[in-house]
Amino acid sequence: MLQVLYIFIPMLVAILVPLLYKRMNNIHTGWFVLAVPVTLAVIYATYIAQVAKGEVFTAELPWIPSLNISIISYLDGLSLLFSLLITGIGSLVVLYSIFYLDKHKEKLHNFYVYLLLFMSAMLGVVQSDHLITLYFFWELTSISSFLLIGYWYNRDASRFGALKSMMITVGGGLMMLGGFVLLYLMGGTYSIRELIVMAPNLVDQPLFTWSLVLLLLGAFTKSAQFPFYIWLPDAMEAPTPVSAYLHSATMVKAGIYLVARFTPIFAASELWVWLVTGVGILTLFWGSFFAVKQTDLKGILAFSTVSQLGLIMSLLGASAVAFHANGSVDTIKFAAFAAIFHLINHATFKGSLFMIAGIVDHETGTRDIRKLGGLMSIMPISFTVAAIGSLSMAGLPPFNGFLSKEMFLTAMLALQKFEFLGFETWGALFPIVAWIASIFTFIYSFYFVFRTFNGNYKPEQLPHKPHEAPIGMLISPMLLAALVVTIFFIPNFIGNTFVKPAVQAIQPFLYDSPQAVDIHVSAWHGKITPELLMTIGIIIVGVLLFVALPKWQGMYQRFPQALTLNNAYDKIMQGLDIGLNRLSRRYMTGSMRHYLLYMFSGITIIVIGSLFVKDAFSISFQGASPINLYEIILIIVLLIGTGITILAKSRLTAIIGLGTVGYTVALFFVIFNAPDLALTQLVIETISVALFLLAFYHLPKLGKREERMRFQLNRAIVSIAVGVMVTLVALSAHSQKLIPSIAKYYEETVYSLAGGGNIVNVILVDYRGFDTLFEITVLGIAGMGILAMIKLRMNRKENTHENK
Amino acid sequence: MEIIMAFVIGFLFMAAVYLILSKSLLRIIIGTGLLSHGAHLLILTMGGLGGEAPPVLNEGSKTFADPLPQALILTAIVISFGVTAFFLVLAYRSYQELQTDDISLMRGSDEDE
Repeated sequence: MLQVLYIFIPMLVAILVPLLYKRMNNIHTGWFVLAVPVTLAVIYATYIAQVAKGEVFTAELPWIPSLNISIISYLDGLSLLFSLLITGIGSLVVLYSIFYLDKHKEKLHNFYVYLLLFMSAMLGVVQSDHLITLYFFWELTSISSFLLIGYWYNRDASRFGALKSMMITVGGGLMMLGGFVLLYLMGGTYSIRELIVMAPNLVDQPLFTWSLVLLLLGAFTKSAQFPFYIWLPDAMEAPTPVSAYLHSATMVKAGIYLVARFTPIFAASELWVWLVTGVGILTLFWGSFFAVKQTDLKGILAFSTVSQLGLIMSLLGASAVAFHANGSVDTIKFAAFAAIFHLINHATFKGSLFMIAGIVDHETGTRDIRKLGGLMSIMPISFTVAAIGSLSMAGLPPFNGFLSKEMFLTAMLALQKFEFLGFETWGALFPIVAWIASIFTFIYSFYFVFRTFNGNYKPEQLPHKPHEAPIGMLISPMLLAALVVTIFFIPNFIGNTFVKPAVQAIQPFLYDSPQAVDIHVSAWHGKITPELLMTIGIIIVGVLLFVALPKWQGMYQRFPQALTLNNAYDKIMQGLDIGLNRLSRRYMTGSMRHYLLYMFSGITIIVIGSLFVKDAFSISFQGASPINLYEIILIIVLLIGTGITILAKSRLTAIIGLGTVGYTVALFFVIFNAPDLALTQLVIETISVALFLLAFYHLPKLGKREERMRFQLNRAIVSIAVGVMVTLVALSAHSQKLIPSIAKYYEETVYSLAGGGNIVNVILVDYRGFDTLFEITVLGIAGMGILAMIKLRMNRKENTHENK
Repeated sequence: MEIIMAFVIGFLFMAAVYLILSKSLLRIIIGTGLLSHGAHLLILTMGGLGGEAPPVLNEGSKTFADPLPQALILTAIVISFGVTAFFLVLAYRSYQELQTDDISLMRGSDEDE
């Protein structure tokens, strides 16, 4: 119970933030907010020891018990690791933002409310054991991220980036919801733990592949995988603390979390292995390749994030291979461990790099790498931190990136030794692509740090005179950089405490406790391994290419703009806008007659169609009453009257035709034994004709109007079709009477119960008096309406006194 | 008889729809008048045209016409009268204001709020 409430602490504090902002405006609101992630980090840290031993903690808060929906917080190795990342990096980011955002110029209350909302949502995503609440928190991350990206809402680029990320991540989120529902349909439970237990039964179900693909769409859009990564570079319009927090350490890893969490369910599928590994490695290559093209510091980091997420994703895919391997290829076991280990490392070095990019922006006024250079002596601390982060990102010792890159290469090399699911033919591609991507990673890491801090100092191009950032802003990146180095020297401590429990959660089919994970990380294996040779190759080729960068960077400009994914996204959005507009303009003509035409043809097609599809038409002469001469004569009169009405050239003839029809109908009522109807019809018809004649004086003549031939033809066809439809329906309704009339009851009780003899009148005022009441109301309203229309004249010129 | 009536009613509906699809407002209202006649006859016919006497208790009656459809039609007649009267005045007023009874000219324009 308490454990569930921890998730909501940031949300609850968010309610107080505007109050604190208004009342305590001499203290930066961030200081109050800082207490939240720090407290939570301490709380979650108390779980570490037990979770490392393999214990799990669950707590449940019923939400909609009748639908079996409850908020279940489930803390195992994986979710605890993520919770610690969220609260830990969250603390550092809040601390950084206190110095980054100005107390007087910025709307701090908005910022911290969104940020706290996001923190709650993210904790909910990683701890939820219930699919529906997982989705709930998932969309909450999308929404709060939307708000944070659009924080400077008066900038066009911010709004564009916010909308783009919203469209893509919410679209993916909806797909994921579909996948969840399918999982529920297959497994009969919303609980992820229970689904994992019954995973072997799910594999053969027909819905399995669909739920797999839908779920992956959700994960890929959120984690910026190819081709959905396009929102991430545009999300860089957010304030830098947001980029550091959401778009490097936490939100973009929600997709990673999802894939890791569902690996035990889907690992048995070959499609899963190929999709996750393939898309991951493609994203890795694509992101690193295009990172070198960027000129904006945050743009480089965004593409770098995309690429590193691809790396983690491909490792998770490879970890699913272990499900099939059965110990035949031992080194594949490194995959899951490397994924989680790199996830931690990436959060540390990428967080610090983003903060440095923010500092550079803050102190020099620009993030354009072409204007920057030679800041090393001016900002020595920032340079040191940036260098540590970049070298770790490039995969050099003695930084943690080196360790995870080694394990990554080990896992990729292991894939080619693997002999089923088609890996014997295509497996060799993985280490090659990974190697090339690593070279580009090396290049952009160097590009990032050395173009900013090395080279020529160009003070005339900088908006501000640069100087070292205040110490408060540097604390967070320094701490993260310290972690980068520390993790390199104590990898096995991190491994045992955080990584192994998480690996056990990803691969319960291999390990039944964290201690069973038999992986020991060492920086130096004592012998020359293939991956070490590959790393040496990366360094040599990387350095050569980096030195030659000015010579070949121009080739990026040759890449045609029309073929980029951003262009495709823009075209799709524009196309939808214009296309749908054109479509609705096509049929929403504004002409009443067209709409009537659509309606009438719609009705006839549906009714006649279903009559014949359902084989419902039948005709039977049974029960039909005999035909008399009078009736035939009346029918002839009626047809003539109708004909006159249609064909009349003058309005007087048309009105007389209508009157003829009305009086003939009255005569029909006489013949068919309905005296009351006949009376009413006679009176009403007389009044109606009188009314028509009244209107006659005021309305213009029925002039011959030019009609377009096509419309006239449609009109004739549609009206004949409606007539045919009514006839067919009447015939089949008459021919298939299923139950007798209830008229007998009225006949028998009209005198004994109601004391009347005229059955129709008694029905109107006694049995079914309510009809009559409201029919009177209708007449009254019509009368008042007519009065109002004639008496109340309001138009725009003489300003309406009735309204006042 | 009901079979023949079904065709007559179909014809009435056809004529009504043809008029409703025309340009002149008066013709449209005449069309709705024909449409309600058709509907009333349809209700009566579907109730069955049998019965030897009107549904009024008197000595020596044998079988009555079904009273329920008659009650329904009576209500419907009154309501359609009310609506027709309203429409006629509406047509009159709109002609006064807009100086046209051509339905194809009566389009909301973008300037209208």
